[in-house]
Amino acid sequence: MWQFFHKLGSPKWFFGISTRFMPWLLMSGIVLLMAGVVWGLAFAPKDYLQGNSYRIIFIHVPTAFMAQSVYIMMASAALVTLVWRMKLADVFVKAVTPVGLVLTFLALFTGAVWGKPTWGTWWIWDARLTSMLILLFLYGGVIALDRAINDEKSAARAVAVLVLVGVVNIPIIKYSVEWWNTLHQPATFKLTEKPSMPAEMWVPLLLSVLGLYLIFGWLACVRMQTEILSREQRTRWVKEFVLKGKV
Amino acid sequence: MHPIRKKRLTIVLFLLVGLSVAVGLTTYALRQNINLFYDPSQISAGEAPVDVRIRAGGMVEEGSVVRDPESLKVEFMVTDYSASVPVEYVGILPDLFAEGQGIVAMGRLNNEGRFVADQVLAKHDENYMPPEVAGALEKASQAETKSAAENAKPATY
Repeated sequence: MWQFFHKLGSPKWFFGISTRFMPWLLMSGIVLLMAGVVWGLAFAPKDYLQGNSYRIIFIHVPTAFMAQSVYIMMASAALVTLVWRMKLADVFVKAVTPVGLVLTFLALFTGAVWGKPTWGTWWIWDARLTSMLILLFLYGGVIALDRAINDEKSAARAVAVLVLVGVVNIPIIKYSVEWWNTLHQPATFKLTEKPSMPAEMWVPLLLSVLGLYLIFGWLACVRMQTEILSREQRTRWVKEFVLKGKV
Repeated sequence: MHPIRKKRLTIVLFLLVGLSVAVGLTTYALRQNINLFYDPSQISAGEAPVDVRIRAGGMVEEGSVVRDPESLKVEFMVTDYSASVPVEYVGILPDLFAEGQGIVAMGRLNNEGRFVADQVLAKHDENYMPPEVAGALEKASQAETKSAAENAKPATY
């Protein structure tokens, strides 16, 4: 098992294997996301209270879910960087941080657009919104810290520590609506209970979450490959790849 | 697993546990500041400060909304089903404002225990459903109360 784990850490091996399944990730991701969003925005029934404005959840929930999901993946990779000093883990963190930043921004933005007609305000300093804003700053901080340190290895360790420290914020985001009084409503989906939403609303939502997940996977591969090529540019396999076009 | 890696892993885990405890204690100590609003039970128990800008939140009590025909003034009761607080507000209410709906109001509590709001926000719950389903549920619950009333009638003869 450890052998496989260490093989996973080889940039060359990852470069080869990821090229093979990237088109599938992108294709299936686009299909699922389009199906989910079109179904949700055009065909799902409207809500009895909010009317059509609730439809923003088909964008808001996937982005907010992914924003936290990406951070958890980054934290796992940071743990690998600190304990096993695996280069690929650090490549992953660097490749996906900007993606996470954009997803968090989109979640906050769509939330504000939805908050105005529903609550009557764009922004309120409640626990859910504030902890989500902290997540945005964490992503920004990780990028800034990485750029500030020139040495690749020290940058990797510093970034990994920051990412791990920030992971404390994730359960706070998740449970903020239960621990404190907030304006944001509690979760509609719970692992142990039936969703408080009919199937013709949650199925398109699930499709768009899965679609965004796959597209994120593709985007992570593209960005990781670029990062690997620039880091390993002096090695023989990269030179051969540039000349022949394959690994 | 290599001993050095094991050591590193232990250090990282200690760091995470220590950090979680620190953050947990801090947020626990600050819980009243993190809470967005006071609920009616807290206000009627005297936990909310008087004449300080605070938020109060809860459900608008059924049948308690009184609109002033001359102005935009509205009065209603906010309840958490164990205590209620009277709220008065002058201004335009959000679209979702209705009896039985959740709201969060910003304003001051005066000496008579009335909450004078200068902003009212609608809070909604985690339930979503199509209008037809909501209508059917409404009908079912009305039929239930009706049949309950009919069942209760013979006893009063």
